[in-house]
Amino acid sequence: MAPAITLAADAPTLSAANTGFMLICSALVLIMTPGLAFFYGGMVRVKSTLNMLMMSFISMGIITILWVLYGFSMAFGTDSGSIVGWSSDFVGLSGIGKMELWDGYTIPIYVFAVFQLMFAIITPALISGALADRVKFTAWSLFIALWATIVYFPVAHWVWGTGGWAFELGVIDFAGGTAVHINAGAAALGVILVIGKRVGFKKDPMRPHSLPLVMLGAGLLWFGWFGFNAGSWLGNDDGVGALMFVNTQIATAAAMLAWLAYEKIRHGAFTTLGAASGAVAGLVAITPSGGAVSPLGAIAVGAIAGVLCAMAVGLKYKFGYDDSLDVVGVHLVGGVAGSLLIGFFATGGGQSDAAGLFYGGGLDQFWKQCAGVFGVLAYSLVASAVLAFLIDKTIGMRVPEDVEVAGIDQEEHAETAYDFSGAGGGAATRTVPPAPVAGAASKKVDA
Amino acid sequence: MKLITAVVKPHRLDEIKEALQAFGVHGLTVTEASGYGRQRGHTEVYRGAEYTVDLVPKIRIEVLVEDDDAEQLLDVIVKAARTGKIGDGKVWSVPVDTAVRVRTGERGPDAL
Repeated sequence: MAPAITLAADAPTLSAANTGFMLICSALVLIMTPGLAFFYGGMVRVKSTLNMLMMSFISMGIITILWVLYGFSMAFGTDSGSIVGWSSDFVGLSGIGKMELWDGYTIPIYVFAVFQLMFAIITPALISGALADRVKFTAWSLFIALWATIVYFPVAHWVWGTGGWAFELGVIDFAGGTAVHINAGAAALGVILVIGKRVGFKKDPMRPHSLPLVMLGAGLLWFGWFGFNAGSWLGNDDGVGALMFVNTQIATAAAMLAWLAYEKIRHGAFTTLGAASGAVAGLVAITPSGGAVSPLGAIAVGAIAGVLCAMAVGLKYKFGYDDSLDVVGVHLVGGVAGSLLIGFFATGGGQSDAAGLFYGGGLDQFWKQCAGVFGVLAYSLVASAVLAFLIDKTIGMRVPEDVEVAGIDQEEHAETAYDFSGAGGGAATRTVPPAPVAGAASKKVDA
Repeated sequence: MKLITAVVKPHRLDEIKEALQAFGVHGLTVTEASGYGRQRGHTEVYRGAEYTVDLVPKIRIEVLVEDDDAEQLLDVIVKAARTGKIGDGKVWSVPVDTAVRVRTGERGPDAL
């Protein structure tokens, strides 16, 4: 997040333009979560479509409430020891006046709080792609509540909160390469190392059931990502938000083309899933770097991330960990690439004057980026694995094997995504009337 | 009577229907089918993971005919179904004991 721009003689006043822009950006970021749900939902098999959608959707419920109660306070309250924040006014959003401005900016605190809430919602949802088909819905819900509390809120403070260690060190993370993507990717790796593989991994075919849904989801992500990235300057008084918007488009296009080229050479076809995945890889990589690099730099960042992520998604077969939908391959690898490339491609003329190696800044910024990347990666990996282990030992993380094989949707949600009962328009199912209420039943017996 | 069954490429259906009509066949049954012969299936790639799809889409056409027509009709279907490429399918005929038209109760050749 951007450092506060405070001009001593000229205290900021509310800007209607910036406030309106940020309200729209907040809504754009929210739509990324249903977008992600469809992106993931299309990639699983028919029998676990709804569970995949619900793992993202539930985040909009749980995290919103936690954010209001204490999350915003932990992430953006007054710093304590560079680790976590706390401000009692932010608890329950109770002490905030509607015209009170966020620290040195021209938008209300409420707007900042709701914009950041959308980030807090999508980050845990990102993890779910690695856990497809096999996690109890209650365990997942508990996991994201605890994960947000123990991992996301503090990490957001480290990276974006005044006083947070990474923020004070000068780590550049414009819109969440570290706090969102590396954080979620490392958490995904930590959890799957604890819970293990899907039944039939590497043996049964697990091809995506609906690539059109994947494309729809990727399109919504791309659209919403403009709010995610361009909004992260909290206004556009100095053009940095506009630079970010442009770079978002450029890097995404470059990454999509790079991924497609890689797979054409490697596998002989330009695949739909490759186009969608490449676009997401580019969006991930430009998220931390887009405020620091030039438009030509954005092409480089996108293209490098596109190829790296396309190569990385095969690693799970090599190493045998079952990252179902490649959260590690796309978000962790893409986030690390985008964050570290700042050390090379930062021009010094964007969000900060820190220049990278190719622009005469030496390796100084690169080392700072490494500290941010590996600090967050290590913490999230270990904390998430411990959390998953504890939940597994108490209520259990996984559904029974027979439920997994039959399909998690039926057991966990009492629904299925599609009605394939062809003959007679639904002959395979029948309606069970609701059970009579106790009072009515006893009356009938009396009569 | 004979039952002629053809399992062929779906996109040849129109040509086969036309050929059968020209020959004078009044009715037929078409079913969607899937299977493979010598050519096996094809390969699909999802994020680099390759899946072999063995069963490829086919259609199954069934026609009841009189004994005298059977041999000639096999040729008609083969001619209409052939593309010359691998996976064109198979056609065969088997004897049928009896056939009944449900509406009228007519039996044997009258039911055709």
